[in-house]
Amino acid sequence: MQRCRGGSREAFEVFVNRYMKDAYFIALGLVGNREDALDLSQEAFVRAYRNIKQVKPGRKFFPWFYQILKNLCISHLRKRRYRRASSLDAEDCPEVAASADVFSPDVVADRNEVKGKVWEAIGKLDEKHREVIILRHFRAMSYDQIAEALFCNKGTVTSRLYYARKRLQELLETGKGGGTSGLR
Amino acid sequence: MACDDYKDLLMSYLDDELSAEQRRQFEEHLAGCPDCAGELEEFKKLKAITDEVALVEPEDRIWQDYWSNIYNRIERGIGWIMFSVAAVALAIYCGFRAIEELIRDTGVEVALKVGLLALIAGLAILFVSVMRERLYFWKRDRYKDVKR
Repeated sequence: MQRCRGGSREAFEVFVNRYMKDAYFIALGLVGNREDALDLSQEAFVRAYRNIKQVKPGRKFFPWFYQILKNLCISHLRKRRYRRASSLDAEDCPEVAASADVFSPDVVADRNEVKGKVWEAIGKLDEKHREVIILRHFRAMSYDQIAEALFCNKGTVTSRLYYARKRLQELLETGKGGGTSGLR
Repeated sequence: MACDDYKDLLMSYLDDELSAEQRRQFEEHLAGCPDCAGELEEFKKLKAITDEVALVEPEDRIWQDYWSNIYNRIERGIGWIMFSVAAVALAIYCGFRAIEELIRDTGVEVALKVGLLALIAGLAILFVSVMRERLYFWKRDRYKDVKR
């Protein structure tokens, strides 16, 4: 970290190699599109390199980097929503509607109908609930790691996971009496 | 502890984040609370479904080129900054020299001089306006102040 703060690109490359997969998959979870996820994750590293001196000595790289990545993704989603809203009425323009629906199941490995529906349901969660699901399920991060990345306490992580999963149950109809019928 | 207090432990239990003692206490509660036990079962079903979902791993080429793409962006960023600073400095210098020449040249009509000076002044105003706008948005850039 000391060498990175001094502007060493070789030292920064070590961080990139260590966190590139996390960055890509988190961005994918937040924006739902492979090309955008790749571009945004790389842009986050570029911004991190330019601002690396802002990481205080003794602080970890990833939680700080995660804030940059998340802000970029949220900003991207807002622009996308704005473009969608300012374009012609999507219902009258199927091409616009199709391109806006980016939480497409084609990014799911060994895809079947159930997995596709779960991914689409994750895409319908609001940002703060989606990010805890992504960090927990797709990056297998512990509650401590998630709390560190989100700059909140473990109680907040638990609470967000609870409401995120409740919402997923509603969307997938797997709650009381629902079984997995909603996925069939 | 009330049932609502145990609900806070539900997620931690599901994700295996409890200490042995917390786990024992929670399991004791579950044994006597069908509501919490039922809710846990529903969450287990959901977790089993979500755990099956994995995202497509990009081709190896993407990871191999990942750093070089970032390196190129960083390098080009520095290149663009140098290019822009030099271009602005040269444009200002040449502009002043051109104005100087124009004013001194007695062979050029006054109307043409006024027209050219207005053109240069207009360009300068546009340039300052764009720069001021960029500065305004840069000051409000959410990323530049990320400090932890």
